[in-house]
Amino acid sequence: MDWNNFYDKLLNFGPFLEHSNEIWSGFLATIRLSAMAAVLALVLGTLLAAMRVSPVSVMRATATMYVNTLRNTPLTLILLFCGLGLRDTLGFMAQAAPTVSGYWLAVAGLSAYTAAFVCETLRSGINTVPIGQAEAARSVGLPFSQSLRLVILPQAFRAVIAPLGSVLIAMIKNTSVALVAGYFEATATMKQLFDDVGATVPLFFGFAIGYMILTLPTGLLFGWLAKRMAVTR
Amino acid sequence: MMDSAPAVKAVAANGNDAPLVELKNVNKYFGSVHVLKDIDLVVRRGEVVVVIGPSGGGKSTLCRTINRLESIDEGTILIDGQPLPIEGKALARLRSEVGMVFQSFNLFAHKTILQNVTLGPTKVLKLSKAQAKEEAMRLLERVGIAHQAEKYPAQLSGGQQQRVAIARALAMHPKVMLFDEPTSALDPEMIKEVLDVMTDLAREGMTMVVVTHEMGFARNAANRIVFIADGQIVEENTPEEFFTNAQSERAKDFLSKILVH
Ligand SMILES: Nc1ncnc2c1ncn2[C@@H]1O[C@H](COP(=O)(O)OP(=O)(O)O)[C@@H](O)[C@H]1O
Ligand SMILES: [Mg+2]
Repeated sequence: MDWNNFYDKLLNFGPFLEHSNEIWSGFLATIRLSAMAAVLALVLGTLLAAMRVSPVSVMRATATMYVNTLRNTPLTLILLFCGLGLRDTLGFMAQAAPTVSGYWLAVAGLSAYTAAFVCETLRSGINTVPIGQAEAARSVGLPFSQSLRLVILPQAFRAVIAPLGSVLIAMIKNTSVALVAGYFEATATMKQLFDDVGATVPLFFGFAIGYMILTLPTGLLFGWLAKRMAVTR
Repeated sequence: MMDSAPAVKAVAANGNDAPLVELKNVNKYFGSVHVLKDIDLVVRRGEVVVVIGPSGGGKSTLCRTINRLESIDEGTILIDGQPLPIEGKALARLRSEVGMVFQSFNLFAHKTILQNVTLGPTKVLKLSKAQAKEEAMRLLERVGIAHQAEKYPAQLSGGQQQRVAIARALAMHPKVMLFDEPTSALDPEMIKEVLDVMTDLAREGMTMVVVTHEMGFARNAANRIVFIADGQIVEENTPEEFFTNAQSERAKDFLSKILVH
């Protein structure tokens, strides 16, 4: 065994230090994608959850179909469709510059996918809210939409803050397949560096730790929020 | 409290005799179970009607159909001459005119006591925050909870929560108040504080439909007792007549069970 080669290939901190700028901008791209997709997934997921408990059967059916489709399709497939299907076939260009359009295509695919999970999490939260809360809301004269918005959803959200944190952590890690939609983020950067300068252990751990720096605080934040915002009955 | 009885009844007697709540030939099924059978009931303005009867007889269902928390299969329900709308905004508006107090209080768990009382007035009646707060504080004062306005429901005792629930309903200026066993979930020492608030309301002329087994309240505050068993109104009478001289076997049997102790 060639120990020099082993050292050069695997334990050489050189590439990691030399390319720290690229690593940093890779993660910036990951953060930009995560943040936008998280916001949109929460909004769309909430809307879907509202539709799933709505008294209008068409809305319920639409939302159910959406959730079942998106939740049971591999994310890579969805992102490939966004990247190839939406951009090339349908001729959809969010922006002229390819990297920008890759961003929005990845945001679209990732948030559409994550929204299905947000919806189901929130729906389980709605199920924890006692029926009497909705009845009281209706009794004071609040129409369905306001009962949901002012009484049911706020309590449902508080009940599922911790599981929502898990959904967001999964989403942050899922950004790593955004390359297939044409978006260049941290994992794509790592692959590029592996191709260019070789797959070294410091590079790998650098990226792995980079993801943890994003996900661990997310988990801690949501755990803390869950405790702080819990509704006592 | 005994002394207040004649005063309570005088208000109703002087009140407008127009029907405020009218149920005509109301039928309701839960699946194949016939829970309300040909119910005809008129509650006049200022009247206090106490609904009693054995468990499972349909008292809660009757109460809940009046603000359409339960739909009905046949018949009509009029509130102040208007039929209950099927759904939507019109129903919501009509519901705001019918106050409801539940056995399990159902205060909004994520809102403070004050917010519980102001939510309806600000969102439904479109009162300003300041107006709503002022009135809420007056109502909370009246039920003796003003000093706890910033607390959350879980921090209050059952009796206090139920008094807040009454204030919350009153904040909507309802034409009629429905109470579904408002003291059944309370420890004995808290029952009186809630009944006192209800007796005051009755004395002030509020139209009330009260499902309760509190015979003291029924005797003191009710103008009429409606006895329901197996989904039917079996007997209707003044409290005096009903408690001393019930006509039906069902009512006699029921009274013998609850009055022996
Ligand atoms: N949501 C429901 N679904 C099915 N059956 C019900 C429901 N609510 C009440 N019932 C039935 O209707 C009947 C009347 O119930 P209820 O009105 O609660 O009686 P009460 O309040 O007099 O005890 C009972 O037989 C009860 O089991
Ligand atoms: Mg009942």
